[in-house]
Amino acid sequence: MRVQGKQNIWKEYQKEIADDKYFYVRSCVRQNFFPGSEVTFLRILREVLGKNIFEHPCHTTCTGIGYHGDIVPFDTLMTIVARQFSLMTESGFENFVPSCITSFGIYTEVLDTWEHFPEAEEKVRNYLKKATGREFKIPGNLAHASDIIYKFRKEIAAKSKFKLINRNTGMPLKVVEHIGCHYAKMFPDKGVGGAEYPYVLTGMVEEWGGEVIDYPERRHCCGFGFRQYLVQANRGYSLACSYKKFESMAPYKPDIIITNCPGCPMFLDRWQYVINEMEGKKYGENGQGIPVFTYEEVAGLVLGYNPWDIGLQMHQISCEPVLDKIGIPYDIESKYKV
Amino acid sequence: MKSSKKVVTIGGGIAGMEASSFLAAMGYDVTLLEKAGELGGHLAKWEKLFPTMRLGKEVLNFLSQGIYENVKVLCNAFIERIDRELDDFRIYLADGKVLEANAILVTTGYDLFDARKKEEYGYGIYDNVITSADLEEFFSSGKEIRTASGKTPASVGFVHCVGSRDQKIGNVYCSKVCCVTAVKQSIELKEKLSDVKIFCFYMDMRMYGMHFEALYKEAQEKWGVQFIRGRVSEACENSDGSILVKVEDTLAGRPMRLTVDMLVLMVGFVPSEGTKKIGNMLNLEFGPNRFFKTRDQHVLTNVSNVKGVFFAGACTAPKEITHAITDARAAASTIASYLEQNSVEKRTI
Amino acid sequence: MINFGYTLPSDRQIVYDKNNRETATFLRSKEPTFNSCIQCGTCTATCSAACFTDFNFRKLLLLVNRGETFEIIQELQKCMLCGKCLLVCPRNVNTRNILLNLRLYYAF
Ligand code: SF4
Ligand code: SF4
Ligand code: SF4
Repeated sequence: MRVQGKQNIWKEYQKEIADDKYFYVRSCVRQNFFPGSEVTFLRILREVLGKNIFEHPCHTTCTGIGYHGDIVPFDTLMTIVARQFSLMTESGFENFVPSCITSFGIYTEVLDTWEHFPEAEEKVRNYLKKATGREFKIPGNLAHASDIIYKFRKEIAAKSKFKLINRNTGMPLKVVEHIGCHYAKMFPDKGVGGAEYPYVLTGMVEEWGGEVIDYPERRHCCGFGFRQYLVQANRGYSLACSYKKFESMAPYKPDIIITNCPGCPMFLDRWQYVINEMEGKKYGENGQGIPVFTYEEVAGLVLGYNPWDIGLQMHQISCEPVLDKIGIPYDIESKYKV
Repeated sequence: MKSSKKVVTIGGGIAGMEASSFLAAMGYDVTLLEKAGELGGHLAKWEKLFPTMRLGKEVLNFLSQGIYENVKVLCNAFIERIDRELDDFRIYLADGKVLEANAILVTTGYDLFDARKKEEYGYGIYDNVITSADLEEFFSSGKEIRTASGKTPASVGFVHCVGSRDQKIGNVYCSKVCCVTAVKQSIELKEKLSDVKIFCFYMDMRMYGMHFEALYKEAQEKWGVQFIRGRVSEACENSDGSILVKVEDTLAGRPMRLTVDMLVLMVGFVPSEGTKKIGNMLNLEFGPNRFFKTRDQHVLTNVSNVKGVFFAGACTAPKEITHAITDARAAASTIASYLEQNSVEKRTI
Repeated sequence: MINFGYTLPSDRQIVYDKNNRETATFLRSKEPTFNSCIQCGTCTATCSAACFTDFNFRKLLLLVNRGETFEIIQELQKCMLCGKCLLVCPRNVNTRNILLNLRLYYAF
């Protein structure tokens, strides 16, 4: 593997990422999955990077899951997206930052649709006006929350207390990164590094001391797949996607998996438990699983935040082996205290 | 018959050499400009040629016999500017030489597609993904065929249409030669490594040439090359450096994956840098595929939009050697009829 | 009915003249790139769904084109809309729009 080859591709996919004054929209599911991640993101932006980031109490889901599950029609989805934009406009912001990859894909798709079919935009402006009396401006910049962390990865590294290095061996941690299908597969030039060799998470991992491993099924979906997971009878095939990935990454002995999308950490984390129950297989060291973190959690760890403040106790696969490897102190007694 | 009329040929590959020979034989004063240190273009890099397996250098040798003293060859020539004076041209070279020409023949050829642009195949990233040109380099240098880690490959895959017939990278045309080149190279590999398993992944086997189909059949019957109808969606690297290929076996109707020790990308033709440069200097028209646009696709195939400027070879479209040679001879006679103002020159369409 | 001990098998051919090709006409009007498919199979090779089910996007397009839409509803449910096929198609077929429109057409 020649990293130089990847670097050449990364150079081609650099996107514009605003550097301050963000309008943040949360994910509908992340707060149940890994509630510490969004809090950690806001904390890093405000306390570490000193940015102005605003959340509007009236924003809603983007309905992406409903849309992909065929419950919400595209026109409805576009109107809801338009309403989110109107909240941004009325709050005096123009840099739109979704927390969720599915949402990011939705916003990108809607903006792309409007660019190619201005009549669709007109129609939606009408709907929104009639339904809510609202108007909106198109965001000046659309960046996923991970793009922002990527942009400031060096600043975070400069203030870091820990590195993604195994303190016993001095070697970089081996990291599997998973960006989530809708980050760049539909619109490769909207993702840092493109779709084939995405750089957004790799950039963070490298900057913070870790080493990314490339395994054959790296590009494969985590298996969320919306209607596949949502319909219980289909759920096995969601599981099979994750299984395929674990089987493929196992020979590389990854220390952690770092993820981008709400669904991916959830499935890569929980399915390890299910696979173990069904097949009796575990993929990590010493009869453990491979811990799966979100990039916000990893950033929080690097910055020395208390693991329980960033929500690592909410993971199925216990995080302690990785904390020990890096040398991050934690108080096991208070893990589940509220 | 010696003529005082001057022709300058730009590009010393197959077409440039052959057209210059014929023009000189007709008595014109011909100068052949080549940017590299020697003549021969891409041909010099190909060991054996389809479909006969004749050595490339035999053809090169044949072409060189036409370049006798009537053709002035200037290698390492770098054109700085071309001026037009009425129907004539003045060509300024970087070393200060100035050439006069009554007609210019553009034979700037093609470049091979840069396989790094098909990111999903990992050329330049995965060590055992190579191009057809890299494989040919193994053949012509006589080096043993080995993977990056020095192992004799037990299996090799050939991916057809890399950089051709692909809207995603903006090349919609077929490059014509790569299907049969894959067949040729599979046979050569089998001759050298009898145990190697070979797979060709194709969308269509474009065996248009007279003896191409026979070569295809030989690859199947005599050498057991497997032809799998499906376009590869991605290549990934396994931990041992071998390559995992994903494709649909469309005839079985199911996705398929298989591991090969080496993956060869059949890179297609793109208009050369020289084509772009000379085209802009002379205000030549480019077609939708960015090769030169000929005045007519059927009958004026060597004629450009600029009076006195002609084309031959792969600068107008992908061509195999045979076609490049016949095209060069056609260009020579087209130029002659232009310079002599023959009556055939006056026909219109 | 008399049991003769044998049956009258139905026709295995694609009966092009009788097949209902309205879906194809509809798709063509909504997404003209439907026509551009060359059946190369890259979409199916990369498809997240095709790894685990008998879903085959390439074949789906072909069958719609031939009017063989008898089992289409079950087929359409298998796509995860992950977008990978959109990324790889050499003919720029808008696979996503085709699927969304088919789902709309059969409204489930
Ligand atoms: S000759 Fe064959 S490999 Fe080359 S572009 Fe045409 S179909 Fe593809
Ligand atoms: S969007 Fe559907 S058809 Fe396309 S690759 Fe994903 S699952 Fe397959
Ligand atoms: S990738 Fe495109 S051209 Fe190829 S089979 Fe799929 S839809 Fe058709």
